[in-house]
Amino acid sequence: MLELKDISVTVENRREILDHINLTIPDSRFVVITGPNGGGKSTLARVIAGIQAPSAGQILLDGEDITNLGIDERARRGIGFAFQQPVRFKGISVRDLLTLAAASAGEEALSEHQLRSYLRDVGLCPRDYIDREVNASLSGGEIKRIEIAVVLARHAPLTLFDEPEAGIDLWSFTSLIDVFRQLHSELSGSVVIISHQERILDIADEIVVLSAGRLTASGPKAELLPGLLAGDRCHFCSGQESACPQEIG
Amino acid sequence: MNDITKKLLGMVSDLFSPADGAYNIREDGACAGRQSTENVSILSKEDKPGIDIRIRPGTRGEKVYIPACVTHSRVDDLVYNDFYIGENADVTIIAGCGVHSDGEEDARHNGIHRFFIGKNARVLYLEKHVGTGEGTGRRIINPQTYAELEEGAYMEMDTTQIRGVDSTNRLTRAVCGRDSRLIVREKLMTHGTQAAETCFEVDLEGEGSGVDLISRSVARDHSRQMFRSRIEGRVRCMGHSACDAIIMDSASVSAIPELTAGHVDASLIHEAAIGKIAGEQLIKLMTLGLTEQEAEARIIEGFLK
Repeated sequence: MLELKDISVTVENRREILDHINLTIPDSRFVVITGPNGGGKSTLARVIAGIQAPSAGQILLDGEDITNLGIDERARRGIGFAFQQPVRFKGISVRDLLTLAAASAGEEALSEHQLRSYLRDVGLCPRDYIDREVNASLSGGEIKRIEIAVVLARHAPLTLFDEPEAGIDLWSFTSLIDVFRQLHSELSGSVVIISHQERILDIADEIVVLSAGRLTASGPKAELLPGLLAGDRCHFCSGQESACPQEIG
Repeated sequence: MNDITKKLLGMVSDLFSPADGAYNIREDGACAGRQSTENVSILSKEDKPGIDIRIRPGTRGEKVYIPACVTHSRVDDLVYNDFYIGENADVTIIAGCGVHSDGEEDARHNGIHRFFIGKNARVLYLEKHVGTGEGTGRRIINPQTYAELEEGAYMEMDTTQIRGVDSTNRLTRAVCGRDSRLIVREKLMTHGTQAAETCFEVDLEGEGSGVDLISRSVARDHSRQMFRSRIEGRVRCMGHSACDAIIMDSASVSAIPELTAGHVDASLIHEAAIGKIAGEQLIKLMTLGLTEQEAEARIIEGFLK
């Protein structure tokens, strides 16, 4: 279980990117964090993964305070993170990344069959991709799928996906949804996805809405999704969006 | 052959047991072993130190080992090795040099290799350089490679210097004939106060000739690296060179490319990138559970793979 207690992130001009966020993510839950652009969603994911330090607050993972732990220490405690814009390397292959990911899950020697199955799960032909370098020659959609395959190979108790749909074309997106549906049906750990996509929201057990750095709503999908889909998004705003034309007091 | 030579041979040529082909092993300026085969003849030069390696036309799939080792300080070795590759041959040449010093004085190897590659012949040339030992004397390797590629010839040169060489001055020159191809892959890592200078000069003289030259390097600590390349094309040809360097600590790297085109269909490109390891790369590997040091080592290992 992940607990965020009063998490704030303040930048130089004292603007609060995250404003006293309190959130609990129970085990084996599929949670989607959504909200307007600039609302702090990616910052929240990066704070959980340890990539960005909070200005205030506390993060507990299974009761342990991990607020001051580094990225790698959190990874070893079971936090996985899929980047919105996956990183490219020179000389590191898809096989290398999958092997590193599996090793972090305690699987020392991954069989060729297992390696290839991770790629098939994200709709990539293993023969074409397993020995390719994760470099600039890959398209946005290809590297995004590889990123997801690598994170899946970790079997982490808590996996964060930062806008997995970003940069993916319509055709790839459909198979991406299938990946997440399958992930949900076989869920062994918690999954947190940052997303704007209705079809990803539709898979969620729970939805969390972040707006202008504040947590404005959270609860079961059945309660929140109808309102979001009905265009009643301002209901979930923090009340600070000056451009919001239908703000409800 | 002494134990240091045996160890160095394994490092530079993967020779842990007798070679499966022709070979000439040079130890501290003398011959420590030689074997010719039916298709590969190795003979000593009569006018200067070194050997002539003649490979019969049409020879296919043979390997030729030409390693050189310097096993102690106060050695200043100079050798001239000439390779004559017959038409339509397809061979692998494994050279490489190991220099060991436990003393206060320098140990140096200067290897001058010339390749005369016949029509439609193919050569894979593997060259690894290492320095070992705890002495304060410098380990110095200055290799020079000259290649003349006749019509349709192909040469791939894979040259690596990963550790232990305090000073190196590397010169590679080539003249490419009609429809010939030269591929160069250089990998260099320097640390401490080491210095490495590498220079490529390629003349694309034949119609349809080409060169693809990529140098990747890592400069750590206070080491210094200098990369120079000059490609000249005066006919329809294709030339590409790239210098890609990771700089760390207080090291310095210079890249000085020069391209000269003397024909409208001479397509010449140079790319140079020098920079530190991208923070996002470290973060990505750390999210897979590697420490920052492990992530850095993995990125460098991949970069120089």
